[in-house]
Amino acid sequence: MPRLFFHELRSQQLLFWRNYEAAFFTFALPIIFLVLLGAVYGDSEIDGISGSTFLLAGMIGYAVASSAFAGLGITLVIRRESGVLKRVRGAPIPPAVHLSGVIASTLIVVAISVVVQVLIGHFAFDADWPSSPISFVVELLIGAAVFAALGLAITGLIKSQEGSSAVVNAIYLPMAFLSGAFFSTSSMPAFLEAIANVLPLTYLLRMLRGSFVEGDTIADHGTNIAVLLAWGVAGLIFALRRFRWEPQEA
Amino acid sequence: MSAVEVSGLRKSYGSDDVLHGIDLVIPEGEVFALLGPNGAGKTTTIEILEGYRERDDGDVAVLGVDPAKGDASFRARIGIVLQSSAVYPRLRVDQMMRLFAGYYPNPRDINELLELVGLADRIRDRVRTLSGGQKRRLDLALALVGDPELIFLDEPTTGFDPEARRRAWTTISDLRQLGKTILLTTHYLDEAHHLADRIAILRKGKIAAEGTPAELLSETELTEIRYRRDGEIVVVQTRTPTATLNELTSEAIAQGVELEGLEVRRPSLEDFYLNLVEDD
Repeated sequence: MPRLFFHELRSQQLLFWRNYEAAFFTFALPIIFLVLLGAVYGDSEIDGISGSTFLLAGMIGYAVASSAFAGLGITLVIRRESGVLKRVRGAPIPPAVHLSGVIASTLIVVAISVVVQVLIGHFAFDADWPSSPISFVVELLIGAAVFAALGLAITGLIKSQEGSSAVVNAIYLPMAFLSGAFFSTSSMPAFLEAIANVLPLTYLLRMLRGSFVEGDTIADHGTNIAVLLAWGVAGLIFALRRFRWEPQEA
Repeated sequence: MSAVEVSGLRKSYGSDDVLHGIDLVIPEGEVFALLGPNGAGKTTTIEILEGYRERDDGDVAVLGVDPAKGDASFRARIGIVLQSSAVYPRLRVDQMMRLFAGYYPNPRDINELLELVGLADRIRDRVRTLSGGQKRRLDLALALVGDPELIFLDEPTTGFDPEARRRAWTTISDLRQLGKTILLTTHYLDEAHHLADRIAILRKGKIAAEGTPAELLSETELTEIRYRRDGEIVVVQTRTPTATLNELTSEAIAQGVELEGLEVRRPSLEDFYLNLVEDD
């Protein structure tokens, strides 16, 4: 089983980096935003922390949602509709091992993205280091797992290859804005704030922003983790019921 | 032991009855063709045997395993060519082959397989640059990569030009030489006739006829005798062609006339098939 898993993981890495468009949107774009916006407001102060640290945490959260939710969801719908998932289902790799390999590959992409961003943030824009690296990593793992569950779930709502990126982008781009990945939400009108208070990325960002504050650990984020896990469990239950291996478009 | 044993197989989608009681036995090493018009239930049948679909009723054993409960070790013993091609377009042909080879416990040599299906010269090319027929051959190579005992081919040559079809036939005949059991579906009668040891004709969810090509032909015992008389074509169908022909020719000789355009022919498999499915 470990042999199959690592074979799948290696294959999925090859597939990811071969897919230049997806790699651009989910891997490169958050890093590009970090550099561009860092140059714009890196030196200011936002919500009580430095602009560059605020932005760094925001773009890390954005990268998690981009890779684990949007990238994963779109990729799986395209593979399902083109019959590749059906073919994989006919091969002697257990479905759970295949999906674990796909998700683990996504986590590797997220991990590389985070390392690159933390280094760029610190050395180019003077952003802080995460105060507790272990808490920071665990928080990221929770966030990525939750968004991966939601990425699996969203495939159950999309019936066609053409619709996949439209539907996914229509969900996660507004989510990124409302949750405050790019700018402070402190002056947002109440109704937008009400929406933001439901979105999972809001809670991941609160936790990540906290993790750059001196003395903050994962123990300070019980509520954020609870809300995220609730989203993750809901996504997983929906995915278990609605995930399909065969093309859905007639 | 038979490679495939099916009895009383039934399947419906909602109120749409697709299969009403199919019985099939395919011995090991046989090439078996499932023929039938579109919508007759060929793909439903083959996908139940592959383990993709659940059946409503009946007993099914594929390599001694119930495919609805087949696990990875069952899937390691079968090879599947689905009706439509499914590939990762951005990989190279060899990468695609290695990716799937890695799923199987005892994969075959990739170069050898690509040689077998005639893709050896495309090994370093991206899958997306292959033509439709070449993708289909890659599908076949992928189905064979685990060195399966039983191979399912759902319309493997649809859309091929005649030369590509001949090549695919050669490949499939080679597999038979290796002792593989093959179940294929096709619309092409010549394909079934050329490749299959036995043929079943599926019509409206039932097997309408089954046997070797020769047996199917002998089921219609009629022979057709045609000739022209006074410019009109006369067709006589008979179970006793020798006697009938003797009668006709003796009469003609006695009258001193020639039976113009005289022709005696056995019905072809195509006649038999079209006759069987004509009211569909």
